[in-house]
Amino acid sequence: MTQLPEKTERKMGLVIDLDTCVGCHACVVSCKGWNTENYGAPLSDQDPYGADPSGTFLNRVHSYEVQPEGGPAQLIHFPKSCLHCEDAPCVTVCPTGASYKRTEDGIVLVNEKDCIGCGLCAWACPYGARELDQAEGVMKKCTLCVDRIYNENLPEEDRVPACVRTCPSNARHFGDLGDPDSEVSQLVAERGGMDLMPEQGTKPVNKYLPPRPKDRLNEEIDILAPLLSPVVEEPKGFLGWLDKTLEKL
Amino acid sequence: MHPAPSIIAFSTFSGLGLGLLFWLGVDPTAPTGWVAFAFFAIAYAMAVGGLISSTFHLGRPERAIKAFTQWQTSWLSREAWCAVAALVTMGIYAFLLVFFDTQVSILGWLGAAFALATVYTTSMIYAQLKTVPRWNTALTSALFIALSVAGGALLSGRVTIGLILLLVAGGLQALWWKMGDTRFKQSGTDLKTATGLGNIGEVRAFEPPHTGTNYLLNEMVYTVGRKHAQKLRMIALVLMLVVPVLLLLLPYPHIFGLLALISHIAGVLVSRWLFFAEAEHVVGLYYGMR
Repeated sequence: MTQLPEKTERKMGLVIDLDTCVGCHACVVSCKGWNTENYGAPLSDQDPYGADPSGTFLNRVHSYEVQPEGGPAQLIHFPKSCLHCEDAPCVTVCPTGASYKRTEDGIVLVNEKDCIGCGLCAWACPYGARELDQAEGVMKKCTLCVDRIYNENLPEEDRVPACVRTCPSNARHFGDLGDPDSEVSQLVAERGGMDLMPEQGTKPVNKYLPPRPKDRLNEEIDILAPLLSPVVEEPKGFLGWLDKTLEKL
Repeated sequence: MHPAPSIIAFSTFSGLGLGLLFWLGVDPTAPTGWVAFAFFAIAYAMAVGGLISSTFHLGRPERAIKAFTQWQTSWLSREAWCAVAALVTMGIYAFLLVFFDTQVSILGWLGAAFALATVYTTSMIYAQLKTVPRWNTALTSALFIALSVAGGALLSGRVTIGLILLLVAGGLQALWWKMGDTRFKQSGTDLKTATGLGNIGEVRAFEPPHTGTNYLLNEMVYTVGRKHAQKLRMIALVLMLVVPVLLLLLPYPHIFGLLALISHIAGVLVSRWLFFAEAEHVVGLYYGMR
């Protein structure tokens, strides 16, 4: 059903730390690796070894340069996947009911057997979280690794999304953002977790932790500075001779 | 947005066909017999042909029937229902006119209402999208409906009302373009809100996630035709408004009326191409493009 649930029992989602992400793209690779051989149709590639490769990915890492006033530019790596919005515009536009948001945990999923590949949900998503698989003709999106997180055949430490499990810099966290006492909720409260494009009114469940403030170069000069003798004033020896000779020319 | 030929053809021709059905439905002295047959055949060819062409862009057209299920939330599903309601109602109305010389006006009015409702639901598929600020306005629906009834008036040979509606549609088109040019800025969505990094400083897309292209860029970040947008707007307006109006003011409405119609359709096709090609999706911001 494409009617959004008024309330979900839990709000499972990701918290992504823009301060610690190093932009290694390991989450991109592990996401593709897990999801191409598990839930739903494989994530196909077109012309993968040719001149113009492209393919379906559920998670991609952008990099942005931010230029603060009076400070050095910062490079911020920015992983982006489905934000499992509370007011998911992709779900309500679906004409077939293939897109839905689960009442029990708030995960937004696509029932690929019902998807006609019209692409309207991808148009409705402001984040670019949905991609139409060019081989299968159906819409693919992050499932929050729904086939891992409840999978009792996996060891307990593996029951998190593949991207979270693989992240080497601990920049990705998984949990219930509807529970204010959960670790992820506390992390969001502590670090001022934010929504992407809040003005779009999608109420994303996934939160992003902003980069921590950087140290600034101390503008004040040591009061003893004038008393300190300069280390090198003029070159001596051969360089001194060269300097003087070139000066005369 | 990518201007897919199937969608441009669909929205243009189904709009015209439904516009013609509208006028046939509200006509107090509707044609009967073979004349009626000819009119309805043209209307159905355009409306049904347009609807069929819309299935060409589906990834899984064989499941298209499932699009009828979610009318409670989806404008695309509502469009499917309205289209079927319009075509069935007008079908019965046409059958009685063609074979029994009988006009059941109530059926005609009902069918006309469904025809307009179909055009409205089509327009809402675009107008509902907050992600495409240029489309996200009630003017989009007004423009689609105006073009549909103006084209329908031309198709049904109504010169006076056709002239008036052409001017209305042309005015709406110019207004839609003018207001559309500032919609993206007004939406308040920019790279700062997209990344949430705006409070640190100026944000610039430094490196994309991949060196090649992807579905999102092909589908939603179409930038090819924009550099000629202003010229194409003039061409569209001249073809859909100026030329038909001049031709309709000439005598011999049959020949010049046909030429006016052809010019108008060509103009609407150009305008519909621009409708997609000029529309910017907010996802382009993440890629440092619009």
